[in-house]
Amino acid sequence: MTFYLENRMCLAIPGQVESVVEKKATVNFGGVKRQVDLSFLLDTQVADWVLVHVGFAIQKVDEESARETYRLLADSRQEELEAELRQSL
Amino acid sequence: MKSPLLKDIEKIAAEMGEVRLMEVCGGHTNTVMRYGLREVLPKNIRLISGPGCPVCVTSQRDIDSMVELALSGVKVATYGDMINVPGTKMSLVDAQNLGADVRMVYSIDQIIDEKDRIFFAVGFETTTPMTAKLLAAGITVFCAHKVMPPAMRALTREMRLDGFIDPGHVSAIIGSDIWGTMDIPLPQVISGFKPDQLLHAILILLRLIKNKEVEVVNDYPEVVFPGGNPIARQMIKETLKPVDAEWRGMGTIPLSGLAPIDERLDARLIYADLFRSIVSVENPKCRCGEIVRGLVEPRQCPLFGTVCTPEHPQGACMVSESEGACAIAYKYGKSLAE
Repeated sequence: MTFYLENRMCLAIPGQVESVVEKKATVNFGGVKRQVDLSFLLDTQVADWVLVHVGFAIQKVDEESARETYRLLADSRQEELEAELRQSL
Repeated sequence: MKSPLLKDIEKIAAEMGEVRLMEVCGGHTNTVMRYGLREVLPKNIRLISGPGCPVCVTSQRDIDSMVELALSGVKVATYGDMINVPGTKMSLVDAQNLGADVRMVYSIDQIIDEKDRIFFAVGFETTTPMTAKLLAAGITVFCAHKVMPPAMRALTREMRLDGFIDPGHVSAIIGSDIWGTMDIPLPQVISGFKPDQLLHAILILLRLIKNKEVEVVNDYPEVVFPGGNPIARQMIKETLKPVDAEWRGMGTIPLSGLAPIDERLDARLIYADLFRSIVSVENPKCRCGEIVRGLVEPRQCPLFGTVCTPEHPQGACMVSESEGACAIAYKYGKSLAE
C-alpha cells in the first residue's frame, strides 16, 4: 500500500477517515494510516471515504467504489508477487 | 478478462476501420499495461500512450536548473520520482550525494514551514492545488506544472488521433465542463482507473467516433463533477497564472504551464542569472521525447532494457514505475504496441 501512496503523481487512492482535527485527518488506507490535509474539501467527517492525492483529499467517494479499488489493488499485488516468485525460481 | 463490455467493443469495432485512441494519464497507461488491455482489444482499436507522466514531460532544462540550484547551496524539495530523473550533468539524487540539500517529499505539508527551501513543483492539474497552497503560505516555487488540454490540442495537429481518454483525477480538480471549451477537435471520454471503467470509456468513445459526435462524456461521475473541486480551483486562480511552457519532446506549447502570480515567490525569476548559463543536452539516443508523444514505443529505443533500466535510467520515461511508459513496459515485460 505504501507504494501506491508515495509513488504516484496522477493517481489518487481512496481511504477512510478515522479522525478529524480542523483541516487534518487520519486516514486509513487498507491498514496503512496517514495524515491527510482536508483543505480542499468543505466538510469531511469521520467514516467518510476520500480520494487522496499527494497527501490531500481531493474528493469524497462512495464506500462501494473505494472497496472495489482495494479489491483490484489486492489482486494486482498478488499477481506481482507471483511474478516475482516465478522469476526467482 | 471475459467482459460483456469487450463483446460490445468487438461488435462496434467490426464496423470500423483503424481507430487511434490516446490516453493522456500515466495512471491509465498503468491500468492498460497491468491488465493487458491492448492484447484483449480488437486489432483495429489502437491505444496510444500520450504525455501523461509528469516527470517524463518535465524539460531537461528545468531538471538542470534545479540541479544547479541545489549544487549552489540552495535547499530544494520535490516529489518522489523527480529526484531520479537524469539531467545533463546529473540527477537531483546525484546532487544530494555530493552534499546538496535535496528533500524528497510525499506531501507539501512536510515543507510548508520551511521558508528557505525551494519547491520544484511538477505534475498536472492534480498536483497543482497543493503548490497553490504552498504559494499562499509564502514558499518559493520553481514551477514546472503542466496544463494538459493545450498539449492534447497540439498533439491533434501532429498525429492522426480519433479520440481521447481524458484523465480522471485531473478532471476531479478541473471538472468535466471545462473540456468542451478547450478547442480539442475530437470526442473525449473522462474515465476512471479500473479496467472495466477504461473498457467502458473505450466503448463510449467508439460510439462517439462512429457517429461522428465531437462531444465530451463524463464516464467517471462518481468522482468528477461538472465544476471539479471549487476550493482547489479558486486557490489555483489566486496564486498561479498561465504561461508558455517547455515540454520534453514537444517544445514550447503556448499557455500550457503555470507560474506564480507573486513574482517574489517565483524561483525562475529570483535565480534567473544562475539559470541563464545552463547548457542542456539530451542523450541523442534516448527517445523519451518521441515516446511521450506516442510516436514510438519503448522497445523501439536502442537503449531500452540494455543500458537503460529502472535501476539505471538514462531517460525520464524509465524513472517512474507507475507512470513512465518505458518503466511500465519494462515492468510488465511487454511492448506497449501489441
